[in-house]
Amino acid sequence: MEAGWWGVLIAVLGGAIRIGTPFLFVSLGECLTEKSGRINLGLEGTLVMGAMTGYAVSLHSGSPWLGVLCAGLAGMALGALHSWLCSFQRVNDIAVGIAMMLFGTGLAFFLGKPYIQPSAPRLPSIDLGAWSDVPQLKAALQINALFLIGIVVAIVLGWMLTNTAWGLKVRVAGESADAARALGLPVDRIRIMSTAQGGFLAGIGGSYLSLYYPFNWSEGLSSGQGLMAVALVIFARWQPMACLWVSLLWGGAAALGPSLQSVGITGGYYIFNAIPYIMTLAVMIITCSPRRTLVGAPHELTVTR
Amino acid sequence: MPQTLNKALEPFLIIVGSLTISMLLFGVFVASVGADPFDVYQTMYRAAFGTSFSWQNTLIRAAPLMLTALCTALPGYLGLIVIGGEGAVVMGGLFAAIAALAMPSAPPLVVLLTMALAGMIAGGIWLMIPGLLRHYRAVNETISSLLLNYIAIALLNHLVTNTFRDPESLNHPSTHHIGEANMIGLIPGTDLHWGLVFGIVACVIAWFFMRHTVFGFASQIAGGNVRAAQIAGLPVGRLVLIICFVAGAAGGLTGMVEVAAIHGRANDTLNANYGYAGILVAFVARNNPLAIIPVAVLLGGIRASSGLLQRAHELPDATVLVMQGIIFLVILFSETLYGRFSRLQKQGAS
Repeated sequence: MEAGWWGVLIAVLGGAIRIGTPFLFVSLGECLTEKSGRINLGLEGTLVMGAMTGYAVSLHSGSPWLGVLCAGLAGMALGALHSWLCSFQRVNDIAVGIAMMLFGTGLAFFLGKPYIQPSAPRLPSIDLGAWSDVPQLKAALQINALFLIGIVVAIVLGWMLTNTAWGLKVRVAGESADAARALGLPVDRIRIMSTAQGGFLAGIGGSYLSLYYPFNWSEGLSSGQGLMAVALVIFARWQPMACLWVSLLWGGAAALGPSLQSVGITGGYYIFNAIPYIMTLAVMIITCSPRRTLVGAPHELTVTR
Repeated sequence: MPQTLNKALEPFLIIVGSLTISMLLFGVFVASVGADPFDVYQTMYRAAFGTSFSWQNTLIRAAPLMLTALCTALPGYLGLIVIGGEGAVVMGGLFAAIAALAMPSAPPLVVLLTMALAGMIAGGIWLMIPGLLRHYRAVNETISSLLLNYIAIALLNHLVTNTFRDPESLNHPSTHHIGEANMIGLIPGTDLHWGLVFGIVACVIAWFFMRHTVFGFASQIAGGNVRAAQIAGLPVGRLVLIICFVAGAAGGLTGMVEVAAIHGRANDTLNANYGYAGILVAFVARNNPLAIIPVAVLLGGIRASSGLLQRAHELPDATVLVMQGIIFLVILFSETLYGRFSRLQKQGAS
């Protein structure tokens, strides 16, 4: 029994990394977009489109890394479309996000129909658990390079947002469009660039799903990670490093249901799956208040108004 | 007179124009994957509106969309973007089935009324949560209603695999069947069930209340400017709660009809994306409950054509999803056009 519970703990930790990586990329993308004052609810479509593109390119070219790159580019195109539409007057970014979600998933299902059967080359994994004799620990420490890249992106993004001119411009556009215009900054262009770059990251998150874990392409591949990213960024208070920790937490929560199943606790399987959603809602209820705006939230953001 | 005409004509022209542009864009898309767009449109028309059989197919698909569109359209009057229709449908269907199973020996009419009531209350309470959180905790209603969709689906799956599971539903966990006698029948002389009538009646009632009563007027003021409404002494909190409840009740009724007219039991087929399609209908109809009816029929037709498109042109079933997405994006983009034409006209006149 003792070993069984250790197994659960190890499985949750491994799951945190394995399931948390796509969360990390999508939330970093959303974080950058929101820092510039826009919210992109369409990242779910971007994620699915990235997954399809990555899988298709990897299959045709034989190179999964080329797939990852193309997934990012596809995400970038969708992000650019979203923010271009939103730069017109009275076009609501939340509504366009919902539309982009339907459009992106629809397009991915349409173009991805031929790729449901064949099997594409997989992204290689890095074995950090070679020193260990415990098979569970070995499995948990099989880490994909994208996770390490994600950590680097989180650190670099956090540093650039606070310490570079580029980051300052993005933040000014997000805090006050009027102030940015008074400084002569092209607010729309900054937001289009930030949303497109955010889409690039979300597309890479999608390619992780299809090329590493769960490693297939099907219409039920994503379970709403793109949508949850929006809530995750709120949880992380718009800080890229916090996005990393929260992604791991979310991933661990999602891994809890299956790993408890392995020790015979099956009753609450679906309820355990819903834990990240319940946690997000709880965090929003606790941190929101009618009397003040959220701490750390960009002022131009519509979700916080 | 010409000005009021303009006011009615402007949205009509912009929406017809947007739909035309969407059709052009979709035509280009279809042509780019090697199908003849004119053929495709002809097939779609045939499959959606060509025969009485295809009309019935279209209307069956349109009925739930009319109700789920109200989930988004009614809170839209208050300026809220609620996208929790999916969760309201799931909760409504689940609790309607539970209500029916709780009264095995009651006469069918009583069972059906109880089911409708249970479904509407369950859906209503489910969408009241985002309204409540919005008003008292300033939690964004779009995100909370979206999260509630996932929580509702998890709750449904949990309950039909555990507490309320029919042991005979092996591969597809479901509740027990509510009993053939308790099913809603068909409209006489057709293959249509009564859900269509519910949808149309609900839209007309919603239109009447929002356009011709003090309650509707107060909601529109609160949607236009919350501060002004509060200064005028309007009970904004109560308006938000009532409207969100009614919106959720419409979604709950959809779920009840799904159970009582089609499946006979509650299971994960309740999660059929009617809620998300309803958002699209509400946006295209610009939240006008009367406009929801034709828009739902149009979207129902597009969805009904998916099968024939697959057989006649070997296009994947996601083709209609792409078309939906294009229409949605163009319609949202067209919001920016309002007011521009009237300005042009005035300049021309002066």
